[in-house]
Amino acid sequence: MEAEREQTSQDEKETPILEVRNMTKRFGATLALDNVSLELQRGEVLALLGDNGAGKSTLIKCLSGVHQPDEGRIFLEGEEVTLNSPMEARDLGMETVYQDLSLFDNMNVVGNFYAGREPVTPRWLGGWGWVRDGFMSSKAKESLESLQVNLPSAEVEIGLMSGGQRQAVASARAMSFGRKIVILDEPTSALGARESSNVLRLIKEAPEHGVSVIVISHNLEHVIQVCHRAVVLRQGVRVGEAEPTEENHERLVSMIVGGAAEEGKGEKQA
Amino acid sequence: MSAFMERITGSQSPLSSERSLRWSLALIRLGPAIILLLLIMAFNVLSPVFLTVQNVSNIVVQTSALAVLAIGQLFVILVAGIDLSVGSVLALSTVIGALVFTWNQGLGGSLSVAAFLLTGLVTGFLNGFMLTKGRLPHAFIPTLAMFYAASGLALVLSNGRAIPHVPGIVITLGSGYIGPLPVPVLLVAGLALVAVVLTKRLKWGRWIYLVGGDKEAARRVGIPVDRVILSVFLISGLMAGFAGVITAGRTASGYPTAGELAELQAIAAVIIGGGSFFGGRGSVAGVLVGALILGVIANGLNLLNVDEYWQLIVAGGIIVFAVELDVLRRYLEGRFRTLQARGD
Repeated sequence: MEAEREQTSQDEKETPILEVRNMTKRFGATLALDNVSLELQRGEVLALLGDNGAGKSTLIKCLSGVHQPDEGRIFLEGEEVTLNSPMEARDLGMETVYQDLSLFDNMNVVGNFYAGREPVTPRWLGGWGWVRDGFMSSKAKESLESLQVNLPSAEVEIGLMSGGQRQAVASARAMSFGRKIVILDEPTSALGARESSNVLRLIKEAPEHGVSVIVISHNLEHVIQVCHRAVVLRQGVRVGEAEPTEENHERLVSMIVGGAAEEGKGEKQA
Repeated sequence: MSAFMERITGSQSPLSSERSLRWSLALIRLGPAIILLLLIMAFNVLSPVFLTVQNVSNIVVQTSALAVLAIGQLFVILVAGIDLSVGSVLALSTVIGALVFTWNQGLGGSLSVAAFLLTGLVTGFLNGFMLTKGRLPHAFIPTLAMFYAASGLALVLSNGRAIPHVPGIVITLGSGYIGPLPVPVLLVAGLALVAVVLTKRLKWGRWIYLVGGDKEAARRVGIPVDRVILSVFLISGLMAGFAGVITAGRTASGYPTAGELAELQAIAAVIIGGGSFFGGRGSVAGVLVGALILGVIANGLNLLNVDEYWQLIVAGGIIVFAVELDVLRRYLEGRFRTLQARGD
């Protein structure tokens, strides 16, 4: 693919970091995903586009271990994996940020960063171990700094933060722990213009931190700004892909809503 | 852009009002301690004996069983639950503890002490089990059922009468002294210390706050939510057992109607001490302050010869005031968020 040429070195180009082959998922009589295949290259920011009910959410829930696909295979760095729970996906280095962000208002930024995986000492005590607050705090601040997320203070409770700050914290958390892949569900839908630009910058710079990204978004302008490639789903079927550029804007829209016959040929023109 | 908005809406500059919001929030956090201080100052003015060593010692001893119950209740309220059963469980533990001692007086009565605590643990487990595995809609239901059942069982086992047999160790724990220090107060201090470590320092305690903050998010980040919920009911039950030891030690008997209304007092202590019914907020120190506020009101009004029933009315007023503070906190936090959104 041309789009990620700059980000991908020659030898890694052969195996995509993530590959989905022929995934199908049914909910009763509804066919939510119909034989969908998808590949995410190393260092790529991939947009997943589609109208409501197109199957985007189902697809990422299958990739984050929330749902299990009825058919199809998932390959991570060329090796087949099964994702039976969100924990398994996380352990494999895949983090997902849902629209509700899974943040805790009563905790500060550091507490949220490590929520559920607080490092303890001694480690064998598990849940009864002593939480390493100092370590957590310095590590979280380090991560936020390297991702250039500016917050008034990492000690402030999340409940006191704006929507943009919250999204930034959730995304930064995912990028710090998602060693390989971060999936973002509508990261800018609840944000104003200025807040969006911070989050978009975070997404755009993710590959520099060794993270490949899948973004679900309804906002084509944002997709054009940060994504290398866009895959379009409609009614559970992959209908095409294209490089998100201003020139391809109209084509992407018609693929999403189901217009003319350029389906499946998007990449050829890019 | 934002400066322009402020000019046309005429609001303050964001910095100065952000600072005043921070101050107000800090003040709300100190609310319970301020209330306690004001009460102490007022009673000190009104009664010459209030701040004597003897009277202060009375207050803390009389408050110790309530303080222990309230520490247990805090854990449940932290996960946005409630435990209505602790008063009845306290009574049941005194009855079972006393009965075990009448059957077996060996081992210095330690079997009896174990029976007190085990009663609490078993009932606490049942509460948590019914809630999580029985999928009951709210903690109110299983603990209300336990409130009745434990009370009934205590009456059945004791034939409704006091059982005046408790081991010496229980009497020591409830009313003994080590030097000038009352043992029940030392027991409260010890339990409070353990609770502080658990809530502030241990991972499990952190998870209790996370479950209280957002149950769904907690599940998503991999916290075993059901086991956390079960554990807080175990803790609350165990604390009811300890409170039973203190109560039986003070009255030298097992008594089936001990701890009447104690569950409501414990809930009141948590709420007055800054615990939030919405879950995820509250501290052991706050709860101790809340229990002391109730103890000081009872003792102070007593000294002033105010009718006992007025205590209830004052306590009611303070509960409403404390919860209004919590509501105000949420409102101010919302304002703060809006400011942040405009500022960043």
